[in-house]
Amino acid sequence: MMSAVEYLSLLIIPLFLLFTVLYGTVKKVRVYDSFVAGAKEGPSIVLKIFPYLLTIFIAIKGFQASGAFDVLRNAFYSLFAFLGIPIEAVSMAIVKPLSGSASTALFSDIVKTAGPESLAALMSAVIMGSAETTFYVLAVYLGAVGIRKTRYLVPVCLIADLIGIVVAVVVTRWYFLA
Amino acid sequence: MNVLWLIMICVSVVFAIFTGRLEAYTQSIFDGAKAAVEISLFLLGIVSVWMGITRILEDSGLIYRIAHLFKPLISRLFRNIPGDHPSITAITLNVLANLFGLGNAATPLGIKAMQELDGLNQDQGAITPEMMTFIVINTASIQLIPFSVIGILAGFGHGNPAVVVLPVLIATAISAMTALLVLALFRRVFR
Repeated sequence: MMSAVEYLSLLIIPLFLLFTVLYGTVKKVRVYDSFVAGAKEGPSIVLKIFPYLLTIFIAIKGFQASGAFDVLRNAFYSLFAFLGIPIEAVSMAIVKPLSGSASTALFSDIVKTAGPESLAALMSAVIMGSAETTFYVLAVYLGAVGIRKTRYLVPVCLIADLIGIVVAVVVTRWYFLA
Repeated sequence: MNVLWLIMICVSVVFAIFTGRLEAYTQSIFDGAKAAVEISLFLLGIVSVWMGITRILEDSGLIYRIAHLFKPLISRLFRNIPGDHPSITAITLNVLANLFGLGNAATPLGIKAMQELDGLNQDQGAITPEMMTFIVINTASIQLIPFSVIGILAGFGHGNPAVVVLPVLIATAISAMTALLVLALFRRVFR
């Protein structure tokens, strides 16, 4: 079942491209010229996003490098330790919204040191799979259209992230320990 | 965003001073700048590719047909999008790409969706309820099969890495629904 789904997801983009090109040709579109015209928009969009990405990345990297991140993590450790949540999973929960590459590195490290079948690894896996790099998504999507007034979006995303982590922890415990 | 950024910068600098990590902090600013450039270069490629593909969809009219097809589904979450608007297609494709774990396709399609939604925006620079719903759905990360996670578990010798598929799916579904619930709650309070 796994391999069938995996194959399907490999197939999606090539098939989608093929269908788009064939449909366009049937509808008498010069697909090559059309693609070029569309691709021309790419650079201006990325140029628009770049300052937003830069701004958020400087804050995130600085937050990690200054030691503030470690203090935040330690505070969470003591808070979660008595709830029976492995400390590795707490790290995962804090890193995931901030950085995609850092969370992948951390996840690999947890699996390596705690063992792939440990509760810590499984809990981190569920967090890794069910949480998103919130700050990146916010910077890119808001930057793309130059939104300055975000109203209550940021608090909603942060609260949703927190709930998401708790849900991931509860689901993992229930699924693997019950 | 403004308050969050301000807090992060202030807290970081104060901590850097007290922990004696000023040098590391300064270095991190350059690291952050470098990471932003690298990711932007990466985005430049994939965003341009998807802009090319969606232009063919537009020119052939396929984008309006897909929009028409998914309108009933999408309009439950996004009430104020008119009939065959292209944003419906962009949102649909973004959600599908997310479901199948195609992150590289999801981001450019999401950008396209935001642009289409901005076309409906009366007050440029301010966010619309539709944009908020869209971003919240994206940050909740709905995914059928977390391939990268399974890959790493398998790489370190887990006997049956696919065991995480079901709990991930359950966790994502619950957190996506609660995220929309939180958004609805804030919407009611801050009307």
